[in-house]
Amino acid sequence: MNLFQAITSALDNSLAKDPTAVIFGEDVAFGGVFRCTVGLRDKYGKDRVFNTPLCEQGIVGFGIGIAVTGATAIAEIQFADYIFPAFDQIVNEAAKYRYRSGDLFNCGSLTIRAPWGCVGHGALYHSQSPEAFFAHCPGIKVVVPRSPFQAKGLLLSCIEDKNPCIFFEPKILYRAAVEQVPVEPYSIPLSQAEVVQEGSDVTLVAWGTQVHVIREVASMAQEKLGVSCEVIDLRTILPWDMDTVCKSVIKTGRLLISHEAPLTGGFASEISSTVQY
Amino acid sequence: MRKMLAAVSRVLSGVAQKPASRVLVASRNFANDATFEIKKCDLHRLEEGPPVTTVLTREDGLRYYRMMQTVRRMELKADQLYKQKIIRGFCHLCDGQEACCVGLEAGINPTDHLITAYRAHGFTFTRGLSVREILAELTGRRGGCAKGKGGSMHMYAKNFYGGNGIVGAQGQIFEAYNMAALWKLPCIFICENNRYGMGTSVERAAASTDYYKRGDFIPGLRVDGMDILCVREATRFAAAYCRSGKGPILMELQTYRYHGHSMSDPGVSYRTREEIQEVRSKSDPIMLLKDRMVNSNLASVEELKEIDVEVRKEIEDAAQFATADPEPPLEELGYHIYSSDPPFEVRGANQWIKFKSIS
Repeated sequence: MNLFQAITSALDNSLAKDPTAVIFGEDVAFGGVFRCTVGLRDKYGKDRVFNTPLCEQGIVGFGIGIAVTGATAIAEIQFADYIFPAFDQIVNEAAKYRYRSGDLFNCGSLTIRAPWGCVGHGALYHSQSPEAFFAHCPGIKVVVPRSPFQAKGLLLSCIEDKNPCIFFEPKILYRAAVEQVPVEPYSIPLSQAEVVQEGSDVTLVAWGTQVHVIREVASMAQEKLGVSCEVIDLRTILPWDMDTVCKSVIKTGRLLISHEAPLTGGFASEISSTVQY
Repeated sequence: MRKMLAAVSRVLSGVAQKPASRVLVASRNFANDATFEIKKCDLHRLEEGPPVTTVLTREDGLRYYRMMQTVRRMELKADQLYKQKIIRGFCHLCDGQEACCVGLEAGINPTDHLITAYRAHGFTFTRGLSVREILAELTGRRGGCAKGKGGSMHMYAKNFYGGNGIVGAQGQIFEAYNMAALWKLPCIFICENNRYGMGTSVERAAASTDYYKRGDFIPGLRVDGMDILCVREATRFAAAYCRSGKGPILMELQTYRYHGHSMSDPGVSYRTREEIQEVRSKSDPIMLLKDRMVNSNLASVEELKEIDVEVRKEIEDAAQFATADPEPPLEELGYHIYSSDPPFEVRGANQWIKFKSIS
């Protein structure tokens, strides 16, 4: 399966297993602009897979409301670049719901999916990687997969997780990345980074598409410079797996973090300051 | 002769003020119910509105009176506790707006769901929480309805989703209107129009102050929010509209708050004391209900005074509890940030303080 098919498979598993699960967002009914929801409306009905008007704030607000009543809400924001009108709902409402009601209510069954990252021709508003903005907000989880197999497992974990989660899908990989992916449901734990390749001289950390770039870098470094790189896919940005990264740096003594998002205040700064401290 | 008969019959029908000699309140014969005329509501996109007369039973009347008086006294007690610094933080009082919360509750079922913004103490009470739990939440103690961590703006109960500190700006409301109308959601959008948004009068903040019309494609009605019977009838009408599957509806309650926006606002820098006094003397919701009940022989002045005394005692007891109850233990500060098993560790104000977030 490719990435969007893996996503469809995960959503299919969710709707099959959980009768309260609903998928909504702009244009999801016909299958979505990236085909992630193809066939689901026909299979599960228009009450469970439906379109919303063009209002990101309303989509997330609505999602929070459904999640509070106990349904599993899977909201789609058409591009991560459009998530900003919903920022208030995510940060001020979703993230703090459980805390401010003393656990009387929660919107843990909310998952927000959004296509993320550069795609070559996306320009200003179809290429952004906003994970750093959300990393600054306790109460939510932020996850970025690097491949179809990872995506399905991580997405299913996000849907199961009892906290509101944001799942960013690298759009450039939707069709480009192809892997063997099981049809049955399976999950990959959140907040666990994966050491994709072991090494001894330097630790390279990335997430999403960039993991593939630094893997290439690692092999180039080995070939041309004889440098052995340990490559880590962070997978969950918030809460992130400090143990794996720090253990690796203790081993290699050097750390390089690479991300598509802008430099200032990017998540690399959080990782590097934590590791150095 | 005829004039004398007329005079006697007027006295006998109970229109006169309290009789000269009365020993026991219980021995008096009260009317079971009375019919009252209420103001007609302005309508938007509706052919008919709520009825212009309504029947109030003695039982209901006494209950509404007690509830409104409880909310009033509770808010005034909160004011007092705040000035004594026993309540800290933010505190938005709703005295003056009692008819809104009590009238609303009278028009809906306990199984309906309600959500509101920060001026929530009245609604918290009408939705079923006790004064004790509310005052203890204001003082931040364990006995509070959110265990002391929520405070004034974060009170929740069954079918009551708060109590919310962050509120919708104009854009969010219109998105909600659109979705509700599109999907025909059975939702009553209520605007408690107390004439001021913090310190800005509605004339200066809104291009159109006919809030009940601003749902545009959503029908609306404008209700006298100081008259509890008007609020009740309008709510019943709106609820019936929604339950019949016609979709959302908007209700604007014209009301007034005596206090400022919050306890940090004296409330007189953007309006005159005369204005506040005028509303208090002419349109106070508790006074309006009391006059109606007494004049129609639904209750006596003494009986209502007794209720006042009982309410005052209840509030005093609750305030005592709220002041004496211990604060929640410090470990609870980190609870419920994440739902996590094993508990998720949270750093406190410095790196040596750690909280566990368990749920």
